Amino acid sequence: MSGIPHDHYEPKSGFEKWLHVRLPIVGLLYDTLMIPTPKNLNWMWIWGIVLAFCLVMQIVTGIVLAMHYTPHVDLAFSSIEHIMRNVFGGHMIRYMHANGAALFFFAVYMHIFRGLYYGSYKAPREVTWIIGMLIYLAMMATAFMGYVLPWGQMSFWGATVITGLFGAIPVVGESIQGWLLGGPAVENATLNRFFSLHYLLPFVIAALVAIHIWAFHTTGNSNPTGVEVRRGSKAEAEKDTLPFWPYFVIKDLFALMVILAVFFAVIGFMPNYLGHPDNYIEANPLATPAHIVPEWFFLPFYAILRAFTADVWAVQFVNWITFGVVDAKFFGVLAMFGSIAVMALVPWLDTSSVRSGRFRPMFKMFFTLLVIDFIVLMWVGARDTEFPHDWISLIASVYWFAYFLIILPLLGVIEKPDQTPATIEDDFNAHYGHASSDADAK
Amino acid sequence: MSIKKLTLTALTALTLSVTSAVSSGGESHIQDTDFSFESPFGTYDEAQLQRGLQVYTEVCASCHGLQYVPIRSLGDAGGPAMSADAVREYATQFEAADTSDGAELGDTREAVPTDHFPKSNDPKAPDLSLMAKSRAGYHGPYGLGLSQLVNGMGGPEYILSILNGYTGEEKEEAGTTFYENTAFPGGWIAMPPPLYGEDVDYADGHSNDLRQEAEDTAAFLMWAAEPKMMARKRAGFIGVLMLTLLSVLLYATTKKIWAPVKQRAKDETENS
Repeated sequence: MSGIPHDHYEPKSGFEKWLHVRLPIVGLLYDTLMIPTPKNLNWMWIWGIVLAFCLVMQIVTGIVLAMHYTPHVDLAFSSIEHIMRNVFGGHMIRYMHANGAALFFFAVYMHIFRGLYYGSYKAPREVTWIIGMLIYLAMMATAFMGYVLPWGQMSFWGATVITGLFGAIPVVGESIQGWLLGGPAVENATLNRFFSLHYLLPFVIAALVAIHIWAFHTTGNSNPTGVEVRRGSKAEAEKDTLPFWPYFVIKDLFALMVILAVFFAVIGFMPNYLGHPDNYIEANPLATPAHIVPEWFFLPFYAILRAFTADVWAVQFVNWITFGVVDAKFFGVLAMFGSIAVMALVPWLDTSSVRSGRFRPMFKMFFTLLVIDFIVLMWVGARDTEFPHDWISLIASVYWFAYFLIILPLLGVIEKPDQTPATIEDDFNAHYGHASSDADAK
Repeated sequence: MSIKKLTLTALTALTLSVTSAVSSGGESHIQDTDFSFESPFGTYDEAQLQRGLQVYTEVCASCHGLQYVPIRSLGDAGGPAMSADAVREYATQFEAADTSDGAELGDTREAVPTDHFPKSNDPKAPDLSLMAKSRAGYHGPYGLGLSQLVNGMGGPEYILSILNGYTGEEKEEAGTTFYENTAFPGGWIAMPPPLYGEDVDYADGHSNDLRQEAEDTAAFLMWAAEPKMMARKRAGFIGVLMLTLLSVLLYATTKKIWAPVKQRAKDETENS
């Protein structure tokens, strides 16, 4: 399965041989679990396991919730209260599911930014990256529709605002919006189809995850140095790698348990911390909440959506050259989807020959700024649009695009990277070897 | 920059954004109060919940409903924990829709514990089942939402402040009387002052001044909104404990299986 030379599964017992000829499933599992993994992976390489766990947890808790939930505008809200009060353990399952979405997104942002820092997206792992971006998009769609299901005030008004974005598309926008909602406004048809799709999409995600894993098992994992595993011979590869089981499985499980301990503290002691109080008020189409705030994980992109108002000259210019087709609202929608698109295109925008950010001094600065930028966008996304928030969101949005479209392509040309280690073994030995034990650098 | 720093910044991001998401509200004055059920160790006070139930029954219930709360849950442990007989007796004061054979639409019968509390009598009076969770009155210093961990969401504080916040001023607008209230966003509320003090006589002889009645009501409504809180906190403690134990074991296992690999790295570099 992997391009890295390693031992393959050999059926031993009679039954194993019999099965292997007919269905080599044990061999597939063996090769997947025993894949040679760069031995210098650091703690940022644990998020994949956390994400896999989140997906399973969300599907399992979600299936149980669906057994008691009623997707009807008159009954949805009270069926949630039924789950919270009458279903055995229902309150825990619902809080796990609701907070599980937050953990899922926290982990995916760590995972994505790890990839951005260590250049995991670079050749030959572009396909892994693109599949990952598709997973992220599917996650956002799933989370958005899931938030609508409790049919609280934020559910209803969030759905109204977000589907309204599609209405901003010229000519076909209103048709698309109506098609999404199943009618002229958010109503029972909307709730039903969101429930249906919220149940379907996680399985699409599961399939994409399988392809994601298949892709990086073909290329091999990236690693903090960005130096490829030596593949000349099995002996050489074994100097750079260790089998995934048990070395990384146990390490990742340790990290997962620490994260889950924090997760359970949140569920047990402040389960509504990440929610909005307004969502405990049943949806009312006649009363608009004072502030419509999306879930925290949408805030950076929500900020970009709102940043480009009609008084920004770039927006006016685009409006003028497109004869008014692209107005401020549509510009904002394009910017929001564009901000994710530029992230997806990063394998082709980053021109540097060095993969890992560890050996790129100028890149490090701009990357740090990008992380801060992301946090600022998240913060400003929950604010009103009064001064100075309008300026902050505009500057932060512009930096987001500048990083991917200008800085990354230019850095590859002007930056002088540091010396990378020759092999993964060298890096590992430098870290854990005799010489480094007294000068533990990182 | 190290990856540790990155993790920290990301964590800060999470905290900041959450904070800002909840801190947008009115300019009402909510006083923080130490309720028995705050903090991870906090529990409901059975006697207080029963007193709050009495205030609800004798005062609030004339307008406000509790439609999501089953009457039988008054007997649950981790709640008012009333005896089965007391709950059955309590239920009889309400009416429920009669759906038995031969009953006509609109017929009612005496309520039983498996029925829910009635809906609001007055269509303008909001249902109180989730009031304590649908208001986040108090955010702690600097609006930091993280104080939720020790102070709760501030919903009960909001209710308490509303009940205590009447100034006595009234005004009439378009035929509706509004009452000045220091806790209500906007300052003017349509609900007339429901409590003045000494509105109910507590069976346990507890003081029944306005402050005490308001506190008991707020505590009862917190229970009504989050009846499984005690079970949830217990599960939280067990979860955190088990996972911490598992973390320690897995940490030791990780150390052990990686030890030979790290030793080999040491040996190899020593020879070179």
